[in-house]
Formats: sequence, structure tokens, C-alpha cells
Amino acid sequence: MSGHDWPLWEVFVRAKGGLSHRHVGSVHAPDPELALRHARDTYTRRLEGVSLWVVRSIDIVASDPEQAGEMFEPAEDKIYRHPTFYDIPDVVKHI
Amino acid sequence: MATRSKIDADLVKRGRTTPIVGGQEPALFDYCQRLGDDALILGQRLSEWCGHAPALEVDLSLANIALDLIGQGTHFLGLAGDADKLAFHRDVLDWKNCWLVEQPNGDFGQTIARQFLFSTWQHLLYQHLTNSAHEGLAAIAAKGAKEVSYHRELAADWTIRLGDGTEESARRMADGLDWCWRFVPELFEVDDVLEGLIADGIAADPRQFEDQYNSTIAEVLAEARLAAPANQRPILGGRRGHHGEHLGHLLAVMQFLPRTYPDAEW
Repeated sequence: MSGHDWPLWEVFVRAKGGLSHRHVGSVHAPDPELALRHARDTYTRRLEGVSLWVVRSIDIVASDPEQAGEMFEPAEDKIYRHPTFYDIPDVVKHI
Repeated sequence: MATRSKIDADLVKRGRTTPIVGGQEPALFDYCQRLGDDALILGQRLSEWCGHAPALEVDLSLANIALDLIGQGTHFLGLAGDADKLAFHRDVLDWKNCWLVEQPNGDFGQTIARQFLFSTWQHLLYQHLTNSAHEGLAAIAAKGAKEVSYHRELAADWTIRLGDGTEESARRMADGLDWCWRFVPELFEVDDVLEGLIADGIAADPRQFEDQYNSTIAEVLAEARLAAPANQRPILGGRRGHHGEHLGHLLAVMQFLPRTYPDAEW
């Protein structure tokens, strides 16, 4: 047995309740249960999280870097899509 | 019992450790060493995998377990006296760990077999020990139970995967279980020291969870499609300081630095 034979899994950690899961890295593992264990042992050793997701890397659909221009550049000059033109009440913390 | 007390008294006289105070002093001192030595020796053993495990992720899993166990060992030995002195300045015959934990790592199958058989027992032990009349023991056990619950599940997961894996992994897992099997009865042995502490509500009584242990082991082995090894002549005596050839080598590695440079700090 060797880690090289095992599929790759992407690891997402929720740092604390209320926050989103964030991508932190990847692990090799033979199946979902051990992928979770490996993720726990690799990425939450220092109290980094309260929840873990793992997903097969092969199942992630990624955008093509070659098409970055047409994908993302049209948004560059549309600053009005940011909510910076509104007055936000002080009591609203996370926006 | 007489010999044990004498060893303990000698240890104290030589200033190598400070015993616990209280009515159950020598027995409690002994019990703390049994608990601490089990954890520390297995932690040291597992750390030998560091940099050698089958995969980087497994390397980390085993190192995490080792660190948990070394932490538990430090707490129990700290309860008995000076943890560093007990860990680094006792010779083989003064160690009270069970035979199972000192067994060599062998291959990954043998390591997992040892971990599965030991962590399943240790988890039940800690759960019962949380009810101890001794607050210190109960507190260490409560903290350790969560850690060991994970060790047990990880080892059971691997037992199932190796047993129900390839022909080679199943053979190695079966060989590992076969190696470790004769050391299991010792885990449930109750001698005079333990009997007295059980009567006082201080120690956990392993007989209370022997059936549960056996059924848990049987369930996992069934899922792993492994037959339980044939019963062998049990190897006993670790609690009285009887050990195999392997423990001395382990101690030589673990104790080398503090013995060679007694005042070393880091």
C-alpha cells in the first residue's frame, strides 16, 4: 500500500460556528471515512476548526485559467455592484 | 506485594521519586505508574513510525496518537511523583506497563493490531476511571477518554480496511493480531494491589468491562472478515516488572539523553 495509489481529497475547515468552510489543502486517502480522519490529523491539530468537509478533488469543476479574461475581466469596471454606495447601520457587523 | 512495596520504598529512599501522600500510598503510587507507563511506552513506540509510515497522512495520524499518549503518561506519572525522573531514570525492572504496549511495531498490520487491542481496552478503562474517588485520576481519565475514543476508532477503521482489503493486507493484519493476542489476558488481570484500590473506589475494575471488550473486538473482526486468533498461553507479569527483551531497547533510546546529560534543558 502506498499513498500514491490513493485518490486526492480537498479539505475544507469551518474555523468556528457561523463562518463558512474554507479550503485549507488536500490529503490522500483510500475512502471518505479515512479522508476525514486524515484531514483531521493533518489540518486540525492546532484547534483550527469545529467542522470538516472533504470532497474528491476529481469532483471539483474548475474554471479554465485560459478563459480568465472573459470570465472575470468584465466585472472590473462595474464597481456599482459593490454595496459601497449604501449607508450601513453600525449594528450590522458582517456584510 | 511485599516485593513491590520494597521496590517503591527503595525508589523513595534513593530520592528518585516522591510518592503520593495518603492512606493508599504505595498501591496508588503503583497504580499511577501502571497507567502512566502503559501510555508513555506505547507513545514512545508509536513515535518510532515518525518519518516511516506508509503515507504522510498516516505518519501524522500515528504521531498524533503518540503525542496524546505521551501527554497522558506525563499526567499519570506526575500524579505519582516527578514525571521526568520516573520516565528517564527507572530501569526495566521498575516499569509497570503491560506487555502489549512494549511490543515492537513490526509492520503496519502489527502496529494497527496492537493499537486496536489496546485502545479499545484503554477507552473502556478511562471511561470507568472517570468515576474514580480519586479526583486527579478521574480528571486525567476524562480528558484522555476523548483522545482514546479517536485512537480506537482509527485503529478499528484500519483493522477493517486491512482485514477486508487485499490478500496481503489481510495476511499481515491476521499475523499482527496473532502476535498480540497472548498479551490481552494481562489487561484484565486483577492482583492484590488492584483489588485493594477497586475496593476503595479508586481504581477501575477491568472485569466489569471484559465482556464488552470481547464483544467489541469480535464485532470489528467480523466486519474485517478476520477470524479471532486461536487462544495462546497468556504472557503475564508486566505489572510486577517482568518484561520482554524489547523494553530495554526502547528505554535505551528514550532515556539516553537525560542519562548522558543529566542537567540538559531545552
